[in-house]
Amino acid sequence: MSGPATAAVVSERSSPTPRPGKLPTTISRRRAGHGRGHMAVLVTALFISVLVSLRFGAHPLSWPDLLQLQFPSWAGSAHTDRETVVALLYEIRLPRVCAALLIGAGLSVAGASYQGLFRNSLVSPDILGASSGAAFGAALGIMLSLGIVGVQALAFVTGLGAVIGTFALSRAMGGSHSALRLVLTGMVVGSLFMAGIAVIKTLADPYSKLPLITFWLLGSLSSVTRGDLWLLAPPVVIGSTVLLLLRWPLNAMALGEEEARSLGVPTGQVRMWTLISATLVTSVAVAVAGVIGWIGLMVPHLVRFWIGANHRDLLPSSLLIGAIFLLWADNLARWLFVVELPLGVVTCACGVPVFLLVLRRSQRAWSN
Amino acid sequence: MRLALENLSCGYTRSPVLTGIDLTVETGEFVCLLGPNGSGKTALLKTLAGVLLPLAGRMNLDGRSWDEWSARDRAGRLAYVPQAHAPVFAFKVIDLVAMGRTARWPLWSGPTEVDWQAAERALLMVEMEAFADRLYTELSGGERQMVLIARALAQEARFLVLDEPASSLDFGNQVRMLQTLRRLVRDGMGVLMATHHPEHALRCATLVAVVGEGRIQQLGPPAEVLTAEHLQEAYRVPFLVSTVFDHNCQPIRICVPHIN
Repeated sequence: MSGPATAAVVSERSSPTPRPGKLPTTISRRRAGHGRGHMAVLVTALFISVLVSLRFGAHPLSWPDLLQLQFPSWAGSAHTDRETVVALLYEIRLPRVCAALLIGAGLSVAGASYQGLFRNSLVSPDILGASSGAAFGAALGIMLSLGIVGVQALAFVTGLGAVIGTFALSRAMGGSHSALRLVLTGMVVGSLFMAGIAVIKTLADPYSKLPLITFWLLGSLSSVTRGDLWLLAPPVVIGSTVLLLLRWPLNAMALGEEEARSLGVPTGQVRMWTLISATLVTSVAVAVAGVIGWIGLMVPHLVRFWIGANHRDLLPSSLLIGAIFLLWADNLARWLFVVELPLGVVTCACGVPVFLLVLRRSQRAWSN
Repeated sequence: MRLALENLSCGYTRSPVLTGIDLTVETGEFVCLLGPNGSGKTALLKTLAGVLLPLAGRMNLDGRSWDEWSARDRAGRLAYVPQAHAPVFAFKVIDLVAMGRTARWPLWSGPTEVDWQAAERALLMVEMEAFADRLYTELSGGERQMVLIARALAQEARFLVLDEPASSLDFGNQVRMLQTLRRLVRDGMGVLMATHHPEHALRCATLVAVVGEGRIQQLGPPAEVLTAEHLQEAYRVPFLVSTVFDHNCQPIRICVPHIN
């Protein structure tokens, strides 16, 4: 902006004329390839993480154990016979790895979308009460001895119900949906369900039911079966796809709804679809694996710091990094101690230092 | 193309802050909107931008009534430049400018090479091309305002609606911005600008509207509207209107508030 000093009196002749011939194409070229490098690295990391994760567990598998499935010549150096490996992989390891990938990816994309929509980087995907609603349903299900399917179904229904309740209350408070009112109502509804959980914990049998409820409230993938994937995969895949499709208009929404509307974005539609999709993903994730905190808040932060704020690149990268992160958190939960740790404990323990580091470095970037 | 307001009422709630607005902006016209704080200038501009709904009256754009236009089509014809702001997320300048073209794609799509080039062209027009890869949040208020104008240009609309764009600019940037706007008007754009500077209206406008007490008080060519009495009436302070001569001995009218 430091052009030559312009005379105080505006004269027609000094008006700058555009230079249509001179277009710096370097930016365009850089834009076109932007983010591809990251994505290649992340997809590779994801692939390696999955392969390594298949070996972890109560019965460790060696590389020859895995390789013999595809190449029978490796069977000689394998420690475990083929049938056991197949059973272990298809019944236990693969469902668990797939669940970790789906939940990690889904929660991270939902978190990134919520943060953009509510223009607040401290918002997590359970802000509208989805987690605490689902947790209440699960605790209730455990207390009533409903069995695993019943617990999951009840968790999913109460999770969705909590978010619908948040919307209904927020609408009852005033004419239109303001983002702030929605967040505040979500907090109120969330704490109401937390109170409900506290009541159930007080009433539940302290020897048989309470440990289960507590473990579930901290999140775990230990009980995931192949059948759970049928419940988990469709909502997560559909919800994440919708969120990924809406990632450019989300950029405009992140500037504020008024501005987005003036840019021609149908703000009501974008907000509705984003909220529905993110809530669906969050509710089903909590229903299957319990409350896994931090990931939906932290992963988008990390990615924003790494590759920038543009949701076009932020959402796909959050998806991949979230999947990798939860996979390794689950590996750690299985491997760290003899007893399996709750997953929420691991995500929190890993998340806090990473988060503080990012905060510190970004602070430095801001002060410059 | 023509933007016609007939007996329009606008405001933030059900009670209007401005009523009975009759105003026509043609492409190639530069209309300035003056008035004291809280007189409803911003409400009018936000109504035009589609942020607020009109409370009464009619708005016509390109011969069609306002409600016949979708938000998407309207954004392709009328671009709104808000006051420089600080978004929560640190978007790159080029990304922010490309957001001006959002209405051109279906909802699930994003910018293509054509759009990035249009964004760069828009930055070039406000001489901000060197800032393309900088973070918007790290720019000064004046630079941000120029980026927001570039975003509106990337929108490739025929009408530009600006809300006090000069308020965060220093003298140099004010002049450069007005020159840019005047060039756009010469190239066939219609500009409607709210301003607190009668000077800017005198220098650039083809038509001036002074609002106050809930309606348009004065409407006409700048030389007729921007008199000491009218300005005094609007702002309730005395004004001095005089004539100075530039390097070529051309007379130039100036008007300044008088502080005694």
